[in-house]
Amino acid sequence: MLLKGNRFFSTGDLVAFAILAVLIFVILPVGLDTFRLNLFGKYLTYAFVAIGLVLCWGAGGILSLGQGVFFGLGGYCMAMFLKLEASSPEATKIQSTPGIPDFMDWNQITQIPLWWEPFHSLTFSLFAVILIPVAFAFIIGVAMFRRRVGGVYFAIITQAIAAILTILIIGQQGYTGGVNGITDLRTLKGWDIRTDDAKVLLYFVNGGLLFVCLFIAQLIRKSKLGRILIAMRDQEDRVRFSGYDVANFKIFVFCAGAAFAAVGGAMFTLQVGFMSPSFVGIVPSIEMVIFCAVGGRLSIIGAVYGALLVNLAKTTFSELFPELWLLGLGAVFIAVVLAFPNGLAGLYKDHVEPRLLVIFKRKAGDDSSTEDFDAIKTAAE
Amino acid sequence: MFAEYSMGELGAIFAMQGFAGLILFSVFVLMALGLAIIFGQMGVINMAHGEFMILGAYVTYLTSNLFATYIPSLFSIYFFLAMILAFFVTAALGMLVEWSMIRHLYKRPLDTLLATWGLSLILQQVYRSVFGAREVGVTIPEWMMGSLPLTDMIEIPINGIFVMVLAVGISTAVYIMMFRSSWGKQVRAVTQNRVMAGAVGINTERTDRLTFGIGCGVAGVAGSAFTMIGSTGPTAGQLYIVDTFLVVVFGGAASLLGTIASAFSISQAQSIMEFFLSGSMAKVLTLLTVVGILMLRPQGLFALKLRK
Repeated sequence: MLLKGNRFFSTGDLVAFAILAVLIFVILPVGLDTFRLNLFGKYLTYAFVAIGLVLCWGAGGILSLGQGVFFGLGGYCMAMFLKLEASSPEATKIQSTPGIPDFMDWNQITQIPLWWEPFHSLTFSLFAVILIPVAFAFIIGVAMFRRRVGGVYFAIITQAIAAILTILIIGQQGYTGGVNGITDLRTLKGWDIRTDDAKVLLYFVNGGLLFVCLFIAQLIRKSKLGRILIAMRDQEDRVRFSGYDVANFKIFVFCAGAAFAAVGGAMFTLQVGFMSPSFVGIVPSIEMVIFCAVGGRLSIIGAVYGALLVNLAKTTFSELFPELWLLGLGAVFIAVVLAFPNGLAGLYKDHVEPRLLVIFKRKAGDDSSTEDFDAIKTAAE
Repeated sequence: MFAEYSMGELGAIFAMQGFAGLILFSVFVLMALGLAIIFGQMGVINMAHGEFMILGAYVTYLTSNLFATYIPSLFSIYFFLAMILAFFVTAALGMLVEWSMIRHLYKRPLDTLLATWGLSLILQQVYRSVFGAREVGVTIPEWMMGSLPLTDMIEIPINGIFVMVLAVGISTAVYIMMFRSSWGKQVRAVTQNRVMAGAVGINTERTDRLTFGIGCGVAGVAGSAFTMIGSTGPTAGQLYIVDTFLVVVFGGAASLLGTIASAFSISQAQSIMEFFLSGSMAKVLTLLTVVGILMLRPQGLFALKLRK
């Protein structure tokens, strides 16, 4: 059989990856115009965050309500580079100080601050997109997990950090663009990111990166590391007594989640063309958790569908029935927690997969080859 | 930064800012008390706490309109009735929420957080549909307006004093309920060991429901008091929820005294810094300090000695 399972990917996983790949790389680009495709690209950037949350929350039991911080840091690093490129002295000669970003000029700043300088370099910026959020996550992780802060305390403190960063960005508008964020981004090394061609290309780059993240997440989950994470989620003390340093595993998975979110943020900036504090704060951070919860907190593929569906619903309903949208979103939160704790992936696993198995079983019986059936059965387990 | 002020002026500034800090402190205490009961004692994270508070504020708003229209002669005392109404309405809603939602989630605290966030979104939208998106303010009775001049430079607004008195009164009431009544003993027993508490004959379900209800009721009273110093909008609750959680966590979740102490230090730090820095930087610095201290001392300022 073509899709044969191995240690890291069971047959079921491979099928799920293949279906998602077909959806992202074939069905959506063929079926949608550039505007809609760009919109879906934007939704997919949230899927990065959701995958990170599946690792942290679903596997590791660490609920971070501050993923918007990492999404935002990644996005801002990208936006700072693009903004510096868009503010060349020729393009900004109507300003009182040409050559600096427009919002700095509006705030009577006459010189680019020192910490903006390195973002003239694309290489530095690309490294910064990953490294700054990861370093930040590392500091938070070391400070919290080494002192055995977990569960709800961790959630509240990460939420507070999201609040702090938002207030800081809005308050320091001369350096960060304030509440409007960094807008009017034009080119990446001379390549105009606002054209339709660029948008299609960026969509595919985004999809490719998403799959890279999915593969990394799958490897983490299926490796020994992933098993320790799950053990830690269910019985932290026993893992500790078995001689593992629980804090290190938590720090690692939190940093991995931050890195995924940061990549999503950078791709968001590139595709949408701006970055603002409204993607950093408490509300967006909690919405990111709901993408993950709707898709299924245990399933990385489910998280991608969750991000797509919730965002699609948000765009559709908030345009058609702005009054009902919040009610609907609130109801989804409650329903997902009370009735479907494992989200869409859980529903699939409980109701759809057993029926599929029955069908496959019948076929397998016709071919009198029991090997495939065994593979599917192990996949189901 | 101090050079341009004389000694007397500086004293007056500190006194005035200190007093503004005391009002903020009272608001924090009122908000945090309800949360200290629900989060500190029951371990339930109620992200809709702010919305319960706003419900209390809207109840006060409705009562004041009712009095102004039908019995204007008693308008000067409407607030006391409004406060009692606010308590019972929010407590009733709280018990309903506990019965329909929270009781299924006691073993999954992180999920409670998400579910109550959903509840807060729903409540916000309901307020917006019923009361409109604009902020509403209540008319303060005559005797609460104006201010008391202490010296010729220091003046104290009367409504501020009133909120402070209220904060002291409600803290005392909560203290007596939690630590001096048999109900409080039951609550603490259930939190510490649910199974054993049930075994010695405490109706744990009823205790949970009452605790949650009373926690929400206190939030309602806080909202009611809040109308005396500010206006109320559908999303006002969300602005305070993180601050309030930090106050409770910073103080040490299970300690009432800790909650009050942390509310005091956070509010004073913020309001004194606000005078010298911009409001947003003052807030950033205060929150950062709190988060920093929590990283060093995760159990909070006043923690019960627990073996973990």
